[in-house]
Amino acid sequence: MDMELLKRLFELVVSSALINNFVFTMFLGLCIFFGVSRKMETAVGMSITFTAVMVVSAALSWVVFEYIMKPYGLEFLQIIIFIGVVAAFVQSADTIMKKVSPSLYYKLGVYLALITTNCIILAVPLINAREGYSFLESIAFGLGSGLGFGLAMIIMASIREKLEMADVPVPFRGLPISFVLAGLIALAFTGFSGLIRL
Amino acid sequence: MSANKKSNLEILKNGLFGENTIFRMAISLCPAIAVTSGMKNGVALGIAVVFVQTMVNMTISMIRGFIHPKIRIPIFMLVIAGYVTIIDMLMSTYARPIYKEIGLYIQIIVAFASIFARAEVFASKNRVWPSMVDGFASGAGFLLAMIVISFFRELLGKGELFGYSIIAGNPLLIMVLPAGGFIVVGLLMGFFNWVDIKFFGGKGASGAG
Repeated sequence: MDMELLKRLFELVVSSALINNFVFTMFLGLCIFFGVSRKMETAVGMSITFTAVMVVSAALSWVVFEYIMKPYGLEFLQIIIFIGVVAAFVQSADTIMKKVSPSLYYKLGVYLALITTNCIILAVPLINAREGYSFLESIAFGLGSGLGFGLAMIIMASIREKLEMADVPVPFRGLPISFVLAGLIALAFTGFSGLIRL
Repeated sequence: MSANKKSNLEILKNGLFGENTIFRMAISLCPAIAVTSGMKNGVALGIAVVFVQTMVNMTISMIRGFIHPKIRIPIFMLVIAGYVTIIDMLMSTYARPIYKEIGLYIQIIVAFASIFARAEVFASKNRVWPSMVDGFASGAGFLLAMIVISFFRELLGKGELFGYSIIAGNPLLIMVLPAGGFIVVGLLMGFFNWVDIKFFGGKGASGAG
């Protein structure tokens, strides 16, 4: 592997994790972001699952796109096909997790079932296809996006754990205050823009 | 849930206010922030959602007798993806400038929890006509939320509405930035909770979160 390619992959990871952070600059995956970020433990578990799912689904859908959809001119079906590929993979990840780590599975069960209806999971293959990334670039993009999502979840979870102690006005308890918080974090993340020019 | 027969008007009211997708149920939030920096985009996405939601509910309700419960999720996904593909192609042809900005979010409608939820909770148990009303109501609730959010963001952030200048002077740039989206939605949610508590004796829907 030559240096040029390594540099490009590293740039992709950093830019998708920090500059184009899915949660704070592209607003994808917010349902899960606000749903699971209440406790640190679940946030960490979810981030790990997410990153893994993202990398594998990016790789899988790249193969499907490049070797099945392109030769047969099926690009117009990309929404249906990608959601199928991702859903099939998530279902199997779900089954594996149930066997390997039942305790984590019962904590995240509800959200794991909903992982298919999460925008990020679908956005990664769609963006990969649109930008025409190579196989390695797709994986780097998936990895960076997963890491960025995990970072956002962990920041949010640590703040929300402290928030339990705070005296928030009644109408703002729960979600509203979390949104305002997310806004403030997003403001901090705008500081990353311009870090790397792709 | 569906056992107590509701009139169409009640379904409509429930979709618009009682179970408003964004402010009360707090699902399908991603586009609520992503495309609401201007009213034009917000309304365009809202209309797309109304279309998809109504058609999906109609289709699911029509074929509900043939779906085996065990494979209902993939079937719902397929139906939703089909209609999203239709709207995606229509918009990319007839509304090119808007599509360039919000195309990704149109495709992401597939993964909307709200559409899936209405299909699962309502359309798979009810007759065709009430299901269509329910889909329309839920979509309209989403459209309403998009209009409210983008109204504040565009007016405060750019001093414009639908691209026409309303207020002269220096706008609050933060409102059109990503951060502003979160803050506006947070404040509006808080406001609606406050109204609910103050005037209707509710507890604030998202209070438990």
